[in-house]
Amino acid sequence: MRNPQLDKNGGLQHLLTLDGLPREILVEILDNAAPFTEVAEREVKKLPLLRGKSIFNLFFENSTRTRTTFEIAAKRLSADVVNLNVSTSSTAKGESLLDTIDNLCAMQADMFVVRHAASGAPFLIARHLYEQGRDDIHVINAGDGRHAHPTQGLLDMYTIRHYKGDFTKLSVAIVGDVLHSRVARSQICALVTLGVPEIRVIGPKTLLPTEIEKMGVRVFHDMREGLRDVDVIMMLRLQNERMNGALLPTPQEFYKVWGLTGEKLEYARPDAIVMHPGPMNRGVEIDSAVADGAQAVILPQVTFGIAVRMAVMSMLAS
Amino acid sequence: MNLTDAESLCAALIEQMRPHVTPDTALVGIHTGGVWLAERLHRALGLSVPPGAIDVSWYRDDYGSKGLPGKARKTEIPFHVEGANIIIVDDVLYTGRTTRAAINELFDFGRPARVDLAVLVDRGGRELPIAPRYCACTLPTPLPPSQRLELECGADGKLSLRQIDA
Repeated sequence: MRNPQLDKNGGLQHLLTLDGLPREILVEILDNAAPFTEVAEREVKKLPLLRGKSIFNLFFENSTRTRTTFEIAAKRLSADVVNLNVSTSSTAKGESLLDTIDNLCAMQADMFVVRHAASGAPFLIARHLYEQGRDDIHVINAGDGRHAHPTQGLLDMYTIRHYKGDFTKLSVAIVGDVLHSRVARSQICALVTLGVPEIRVIGPKTLLPTEIEKMGVRVFHDMREGLRDVDVIMMLRLQNERMNGALLPTPQEFYKVWGLTGEKLEYARPDAIVMHPGPMNRGVEIDSAVADGAQAVILPQVTFGIAVRMAVMSMLAS
Repeated sequence: MNLTDAESLCAALIEQMRPHVTPDTALVGIHTGGVWLAERLHRALGLSVPPGAIDVSWYRDDYGSKGLPGKARKTEIPFHVEGANIIIVDDVLYTGRTTRAAINELFDFGRPARVDLAVLVDRGGRELPIAPRYCACTLPTPLPPSQRLELECGADGKLSLRQIDA
């Protein structure tokens, strides 16, 4: 079966998901990202790699951080970036997704960065491009529904490698609303691929997908027990906007049981790092003292995210 | 001169450069052969500014076909480029495209006062208006494009040149 992310030589054609992405390519992305972190220290924060390329940011769902870091990454590579404000665009007038894509292809697009509320939308675009014979155009999934957010998963792996080195000795906990989280799914796929021996998910039964154990994780419903001796804590945002039905009593109740406080953090290893994909709900999933504390690496995650996205874009263009 | 004797070429290059360098002269080697050579020249010439290294992969005009450098090779300029006297060091000068890329990259770190070029071997075949100020050996007839010429560094730190049929 054709892997829709790879070209016929096994190189990266699109980045759609970390599920099924070969380990060598995943590691290659992290390796390629490392030197890009130093570009920010140069007098001229720009490399000529994507000069003359047009990148379209297609955000059918709101996002500030992800869109901005993609934009900065593309601009540091000298690409021309067009941000499509979809709420005022032709989609609102009834144009179909693939018609929008065809129109942008007619404007000589080289790359699409796509965020969409529907799981699989970037796959649909990639398949359409394949059927049109447009293997010169690349798609990056910037988050689709509850499915995947591969660049977030990659920047999280970059962050872990930066602080902890060897993946094969780590114990990692993912805490909170896994059910609605495409970030968690991408994180788990990457951690499994990189050989992390102990991956834990911690959360209330109502916010964990059934049979999540099959992804290769251990499930904990007691946060203190789940955090015991872990090296890495990855908090998730409580996704209020995706909730339907009575999954939770109140955010205050959630914080009491599942919020990361200094007291709960003490169960992890003393050198454990605390991560969060943002945007944070302070006092809901994480205490301000922890979010701003010495173990938090939440802002470095954002900075690394630019380098990782630069690496992905350059690899797609080469 | 025997082309494979990189050590004596290196000694000749050092003597060529010695009258012209000052303690504030900064060397920048181009990965990978140029980096070994720059370290050797830095020691032999007694320069105080630590040598820099450049990987030009991001700046090459044929980036699309050559790809990214990866983590093993990276650009590191451990001094202020602004106002510096810099000598770019490479093992073999060929088309001049690598030198062009290195100059472009260097200028993204600041505006040097002066930039020169030192190479061990000029193999001919230039495609750009670039000439070295220091050069230990110019081949009397250009090497054909089917031949590759590369500097190698042994485990004992000895430099040697290898000619390969590509």
